[in-house]
Amino acid sequence: MAGLGLSGLKLVLLGAGLALAGIGHAAAPAVPPSAGTQAAAPQVGAPPPGSAEAQPDGSVTPPATAGAAQPAGAVADPTLNPDGSPKLRPTENKGQPSPRVLGIQNQVTPNGEEAARFHNNLLMPVITLIVLLVLALLVWVVIRYRAAAHPNPSRTSHNTTIEILWTAVPVLILAVFAVPSIRLLAHQFKPAPDNAVTLKAIGNQWFWTYEYPDNGGVSVTANMLKERDQVAPGQRYRTDADGPRLLATDNRIVLPVGVPIRLITTANDVIHSWAIPSFWVKLDAIPGRLNETSFTIKEPGVYFGQCSELCGARHAYMPIAIDAVPPAEFAAWIRAKGGTMPGAAQPSAAAPAQPSSDRVDDTATPPTGGDGPTVNATETATPVTQGATGNPAGAGNVDQ
Amino acid sequence: MTDTALQPSAFEAHHPHSHEHHADHRPGFFARWFLSTNHKDIGTLYLIFAIFMGVVGGAISGLMRWELAEPGIQHLGSWATWLAGSEQSLDESLHLWNVMITAHGLIMVFFMVMPAMIGGFGNWFVPIMIGAPDMAFPRMNNVSFWLLVPSGILLLASPFFGGAGTGWTVYAPLSTYGEPSASVDMAILALHLSGASSILGAINFITTIFNMRAPGMTLHKMPLFAWSVLVTAFLLLLSLPVLAAAITMLLTDRHFSTTFFDPAGGGDPVLYQHLFWFFGHPEVYIMILPGFGMISHVVATFSRKPVFGYLGMAYAMVAIGAVGFIVWAHHMFTTGLSVNTKMYFTAATMIIAVPTGIKIFSWIATMWDGSLRFPTPMLWALGFIFMFTVGGVTGVILANGGVDDYMHDTYYVVAHFHYVLSLGAVFALFAGFYYWFPKMSGKMYNELLGKLHFWVFFVGVNVLFFPMHFLGANGMPRRIPDYPDAFAYWNHIASIGYVIMAAGIVIFLINLVVSLASGRRAGDNPWGEGATTLEWTLSSPPPYHQFETLPKVD
Repeated sequence: MAGLGLSGLKLVLLGAGLALAGIGHAAAPAVPPSAGTQAAAPQVGAPPPGSAEAQPDGSVTPPATAGAAQPAGAVADPTLNPDGSPKLRPTENKGQPSPRVLGIQNQVTPNGEEAARFHNNLLMPVITLIVLLVLALLVWVVIRYRAAAHPNPSRTSHNTTIEILWTAVPVLILAVFAVPSIRLLAHQFKPAPDNAVTLKAIGNQWFWTYEYPDNGGVSVTANMLKERDQVAPGQRYRTDADGPRLLATDNRIVLPVGVPIRLITTANDVIHSWAIPSFWVKLDAIPGRLNETSFTIKEPGVYFGQCSELCGARHAYMPIAIDAVPPAEFAAWIRAKGGTMPGAAQPSAAAPAQPSSDRVDDTATPPTGGDGPTVNATETATPVTQGATGNPAGAGNVDQ
Repeated sequence: MTDTALQPSAFEAHHPHSHEHHADHRPGFFARWFLSTNHKDIGTLYLIFAIFMGVVGGAISGLMRWELAEPGIQHLGSWATWLAGSEQSLDESLHLWNVMITAHGLIMVFFMVMPAMIGGFGNWFVPIMIGAPDMAFPRMNNVSFWLLVPSGILLLASPFFGGAGTGWTVYAPLSTYGEPSASVDMAILALHLSGASSILGAINFITTIFNMRAPGMTLHKMPLFAWSVLVTAFLLLLSLPVLAAAITMLLTDRHFSTTFFDPAGGGDPVLYQHLFWFFGHPEVYIMILPGFGMISHVVATFSRKPVFGYLGMAYAMVAIGAVGFIVWAHHMFTTGLSVNTKMYFTAATMIIAVPTGIKIFSWIATMWDGSLRFPTPMLWALGFIFMFTVGGVTGVILANGGVDDYMHDTYYVVAHFHYVLSLGAVFALFAGFYYWFPKMSGKMYNELLGKLHFWVFFVGVNVLFFPMHFLGANGMPRRIPDYPDAFAYWNHIASIGYVIMAAGIVIFLINLVVSLASGRRAGDNPWGEGATTLEWTLSSPPPYHQFETLPKVD
């Protein structure tokens, strides 16, 4: 879908990104083997180019930060330990599958809780009863009417009453299902409020890139972390702090707790699907389309999901990992990434947080802050997508 | 007819020759099996084809369960290397996985269940049940079968040309620019051929059933299996052209720079999904409706009672077929449908549970107050009723658009459709096979082996597929060759279930050989007074041409 016209721009921007990445390395010489190398390239390329942009914000972020690399940068990423490992540890039975479990994952969003209640308290009991009823009838019939016990069959072939009954009763049961089912749909489709945080997830073969279009175009590329025996010496590999095998990513998406999240998905190549079971969210990422849904995370924690639409060879290898943190920490993280918080910027008339105009315009733009530097936003948002497209040969995708 | 130019002498010329055929004289081997126009022989060919393809498709799923038995990638690399004849990269091994799931799906749907249900049993028994001497268009019947053979060869050969790893749904854009190899073209062409085969078959069945019923056999006296094939034929006729259009658009997108499904040219990947599922949902009823018909006959026969609520049973199938056309987007609940669309498809989908429930309860009512015997076909029918209920109720859960956001594309869906197909359609096929085996072959099957087959298979498929509900509920996505370690336990159990099921299939094949070689002779009607349809009035096996004098039905 990326048109031909973009390719020139893409080259220029890629070049700019690479140059910035170079600066990052220069500024932080002590980085080499850790997460830095892989993570830095796309991220450092993303922040608004140069300090000229960052300064007029009037935000607390020192101008130098935007260009500096994360790992040893001046403003530390609040979600990472000094050694680059994630602070939040995954916890059992929360946000990830558990061994030998029979039921659905614990839900941490209001819609997820509602859906889980509907499933666990209404649907499951009723269908279990129906199955048991059919089983009981079969067993009864088999025992009571076996030829030995009942040698002379009747010739009954009609009974209007019972036929009406077994048509009407299922209709009633379904009507009972329909009410909470339709209500759940209505809740799931309630648009996110204006103050929602917008997360744009872009599917690529085979990794996810993310943008925060309302936060100064912060972007993150998330690749699956490989196992120790699958990477070259010195490269980052998965540890238990990162999360379970096949679920851990090199960069986690950070989202605030208690704040509505507007999720927008799209894709650069084939169809992918962005899914976090414990949020009860699954939304296809389709090239040429922007899909939108929203959710609110109730508890801090690490939440994992996997791509849920067949997308080629490494379909199993593009997990989704989320750090849900208190809003203050989220704001600090955004700043550490060189982004801006809409609320924080409001007092200063400079209005940094403008809606990204990327291709999100109509769906993602909150009515607030329409006076932002739209042109800049476009420029900052676009390279992220393009940079990611060019990524497969590089970061985190080391071939075997 | 407007064929007035044709002279009667055109028929005369063949008369002496065709006269011989009218006796129970069979043509020579080649003419009989390769140029056949006899519905029973074509039915037999379809059944042989389906059993062969079922073994191939089942073997592929065995490889898949082998790989999934433990977390991590164990065997894919060596299989890919073996297939390609040279060392393969990790990506190529992973691609092989997608090729395997695609082949398994396409083979089981288009080359096992459909040929067995419609081509096999439909061909064999629809003409006999309605008192017709043969199908309306015997040569077209032959074409139907022989289109399927090159179609199957194309599909089976495709893995050797890179492999089609698109899933059986062949979603764009993965199937357009995402998969450049010729294999996808071969798979698409295979679908085209099998679709053409099915459309011809559907035309044949509709014409036969509407025009060739014996005197007195009104539609409302027609056996339920003929009803089920009639409804199925209409579904085929109306849905397959849509698939043909969709995959033709895939082909032109792939090779002629059209952009039906490419947003860069104003196309839309979701359009493909709408077209595919407009075919795909009727397709799932195509796979199960003939099974409904067979189960009705088996249950009635071994209860020594007429089918309960005959008209309700017939029109429930008509209703399922009709409603089946307006629920397709429940396969697309996560593609970004609008809230109203999702609400509509949720409600419409749940409605299908009503006619399905009527059928389940009517089968039980047929047995109620009957005099039940439990030879092998009856065991399969009982198993079908119960297992199809389990698969049906999980379908009601998935029908809820809001709930499906969680279940979609997880193993829960895999469990659901294997319960209605692998434990539904396949159980119905085995019920029909054991029920009609004496009629088709003239020999009785081995009852002990038949029952053993049922029980081993029953245990196997349940151990295989029931844990998949847990995996899906716990969030495991479909179509992945490796999974997070938390899913290991139930995957291991499922793989054990596969081995049990495979043992059941071995027993079936042994039974087949033993019974064909040395089964005792079956009489015209081995099932007694409960078997009332016309096939049981004929010899076993039936004469090469039956009903030279049409039977009268009152």
